[in-house]
Amino acid sequence: MDDLLREYLPILVFLGLAIGLGLVLLLAAAIVAVRNPDAEKVSAYECGFNAFDDARMKFDVRFYLVSILFIIFDLEVAFLFPWAVSFQYQGDLGFWSMMVFLAVLTIGFIYEWKKGALEWE
Amino acid sequence: MTVFAVIFYLFACTAVASALLVTLARNPVHSVLWLILCFFSAAGLFVLMGAEFLAMLLAIVYVGAVAVLFLFVVMMLDVDFAELKDGMAKHMPIGLLIAVILTVELMLIVGVWAFADAAPAMRQAVAPTPEDVENTVALGQLIYTDYIYMFQVAGLILLTAMIGAIVLTLRHRTDIKRQNVMEQMSRDPAKAVILTDVKPGQGI
Repeated sequence: MDDLLREYLPILVFLGLAIGLGLVLLLAAAIVAVRNPDAEKVSAYECGFNAFDDARMKFDVRFYLVSILFIIFDLEVAFLFPWAVSFQYQGDLGFWSMMVFLAVLTIGFIYEWKKGALEWE
Repeated sequence: MTVFAVIFYLFACTAVASALLVTLARNPVHSVLWLILCFFSAAGLFVLMGAEFLAMLLAIVYVGAVAVLFLFVVMMLDVDFAELKDGMAKHMPIGLLIAVILTVELMLIVGVWAFADAAPAMRQAVAPTPEDVENTVALGQLIYTDYIYMFQVAGLILLTAMIGAIVLTLRHRTDIKRQNVMEQMSRDPAKAVILTDVKPGQGI
């Protein structure tokens, strides 16, 4: 257990450094920077004319489709990691079970390619 | 083990605090950002438990993909905050009622929860102990061979999710021009360019 924690110590150090650096930058901006806002300065700037509407608007559902497809292939990759790491311990069964898994998802991939889900209009 | 305890409490407190802030933050986008912090702290807790693979999955799948999906949902909702707050007082009693019923049900379930005597022995996961191999290797030895049916079902579920997402959200617009690569590449100058002999002073 101690070995494990020792291996992860660099990540902990990085985490501490990241938090420290973030705090320093935020506090430095709050303390050092000159802040002198007025109504014109803080208003939304849209290239010389007044903003048409709120920035928070509905956007196209196909962004959502792209991110769902991304998650699915992300999960597929997640299944590949333990398979690759323990490859020497599993015989033909492990190999072919992963090949079937990949084949099933390749069918899905061909389907979405042919449907044009990966194309933007 | 004191360092261990300090790190554990650090991650645990961050997880609880950020989980609270997920529900308390006024801006839904801030909620998602707190949720990402919560995922990270949970990943830290998993590492402390020795479940390295789960920690990595939490960072890759949840922080990398699911949080982005949540952000999309939040941005697609087009929430009108004033309207939301109006309904708050009206829906409070029924919301509280549902919360109480859910809590009672959960307590009932946890209260009567008991393992069958044979259950621990029936788990296949007891075969390789995680002491002599790493966590990820131990998982890999089980998932693809001992749990092969569940693994294949997982693949089929992913396929269903993929097809479902495409069927639900994909619509083809016909009023736009699309790029056709084959057509572009099979063009040649003989078909694309015409030379016309224009007489002076007449135009085409």
